Amino acid sequence: MKETIRIAAGQGFWGDLPNAPVRQVEEGPIDYLMLDYLAEVTMSIMQKQKARDPKAGYARDFVTLMSRILPACVARDIKVVANAGGVNVAGCAAAVREVARELGLGGKLKIGIVTGDDILDRIDDLLGRGIELRNMDTDAPLASVRDRIQSANAYLGAAPIVEALNQGARLVITGRATDTGLTLGPMIHEFGWAADEWDKLAAGTIAGHIIECGAQCSGGNCQYEWQSIPDLANVGFPIAEASPDGTFVITKHENTGGRVNIPSIKEQLVYEMGDPRAYITPDCVADFTTIHLADDGLDRVRVFGIKGRPSTDSLKVSISYSAGFKAVGTLVYAWPDAYEKAKAADRIVRARLDRLGLRFDQILTEFVGANATHGPLAGEPSPDLAEVQLRVGVRGNDRQAIEEFTKEMAPLILTGPPAVTGFAGGRPKVEEIVAYWPALIPKSEITVQVDVIDV
Amino acid sequence: MQVQLIKLAHARSGDKGDTANVGLIALRDAFYPLLVREVTAERVKRHFEGICKSDVERFELPNLGALNFLLHESLGGGGTLSLMTDAQGKTFSTALLRMEIEIADDEARSAGLI
Repeated sequence: MKETIRIAAGQGFWGDLPNAPVRQVEEGPIDYLMLDYLAEVTMSIMQKQKARDPKAGYARDFVTLMSRILPACVARDIKVVANAGGVNVAGCAAAVREVARELGLGGKLKIGIVTGDDILDRIDDLLGRGIELRNMDTDAPLASVRDRIQSANAYLGAAPIVEALNQGARLVITGRATDTGLTLGPMIHEFGWAADEWDKLAAGTIAGHIIECGAQCSGGNCQYEWQSIPDLANVGFPIAEASPDGTFVITKHENTGGRVNIPSIKEQLVYEMGDPRAYITPDCVADFTTIHLADDGLDRVRVFGIKGRPSTDSLKVSISYSAGFKAVGTLVYAWPDAYEKAKAADRIVRARLDRLGLRFDQILTEFVGANATHGPLAGEPSPDLAEVQLRVGVRGNDRQAIEEFTKEMAPLILTGPPAVTGFAGGRPKVEEIVAYWPALIPKSEITVQVDVIDV
Repeated sequence: MQVQLIKLAHARSGDKGDTANVGLIALRDAFYPLLVREVTAERVKRHFEGICKSDVERFELPNLGALNFLLHESLGGGGTLSLMTDAQGKTFSTALLRMEIEIADDEARSAGLI
């Protein structure tokens, strides 16, 4: 057994710095590269792509990335774990296999494919058997949006990733898998942790939580002494250096920018936290009130003392559904009285929308530069503000009404308050809203499949 | 004396649906008991009046010198439904740091604030 393994995070979200995973592989020692590609509504986008082209429906960026780093990963024995498969895990694996063969890696690696998360075709069966998939936030039954569902996937944990690694996969591609499972899986595989070693599973889960947002734990978006954080242009993405006893160190490659210290780790620990005593994943329930942190040298924080409890009988399901349309229009008003002008323009455009008889489920006006982020807490804006951006958003089920709204913003330039600009983008775009429906499903309903193929 | 939280804590915020979470972290160990005593759920609810439309929950993490707040119904429907610039609640962190709390002068002295 290795004394420690180094698991590197390559992406904090789909669309993060494209070069980050390449640098993780090339600029220092790592054993695993974990890549999270799936935001909450990403699956619905991929479902649409697959409907148009049965070979699509996964993160194509991942295939491009593999063409760049796969030879180095094979040469230096680095394994890759990614939930890049979206709604077409097999298609993603096939594309990666093709790339690997083109690189002359035929016969030199195996790809693990994890499926079973996609339950879109089983919704009616589940509802028919009384599994209501109620919304965890609102308690509404799924039947209320049944005809608008676009994708439905259960969050899988670390177990199938472990299974694929145990069968010799160098690359593991999953569909909807938890971010934390991508980090925990390699630890279980390497250290042989048992399924009921809850403290260790919780530790690996928390390591995953810390690195899953990429550089947000290593100096990015860090409020603590942010002005002094060095060289964010060259920010180093995080690495979890895990030990068999469940303790780990968060660090980053040498000669990279950013900062890993206790405050930067604390900020990431509380990010998107609910009840800290019950961080629930498919693998365990982790207790954030047991985490201890210690300085371990420059850009190194040691994490220890973590306790966990048995996992629950449910898996979280992420369902996406079509929820109407929205559009947001903006204009910029300049000094003097920028805020007063923007407010007047808002009154004018709303009066015109009323006169047109347009109705929306919601209309929201914000004044960027005055109070868009902190609302009334920002206090009364100064009359000397150099400029204020008027930002008007509307939402509703009637696409035509939203289209009509988009025609009403630009005319304010010639028909409203003076010293206005910032309309170069043309009319606002109407966007279809794909909303997110979180629910729970009994674990017994989900059958996970692990296939390992040769390249 | 009145002290603004930005002198006592740093923070990070995020979202879960229509709920914003704000993690408030003491800048020094000595400040944590002051945060526990003064920055109650009720106080945070009042601070975010007009922004947070439902309850505020508070959780304590003494091991990190941190408090976690959940501000329910604060994000205009949340996720893709929200029309807000800050639909993900990313700036609720510094909005909370605007809060001022009252501490006694001798407390401020022993905490090294004056």
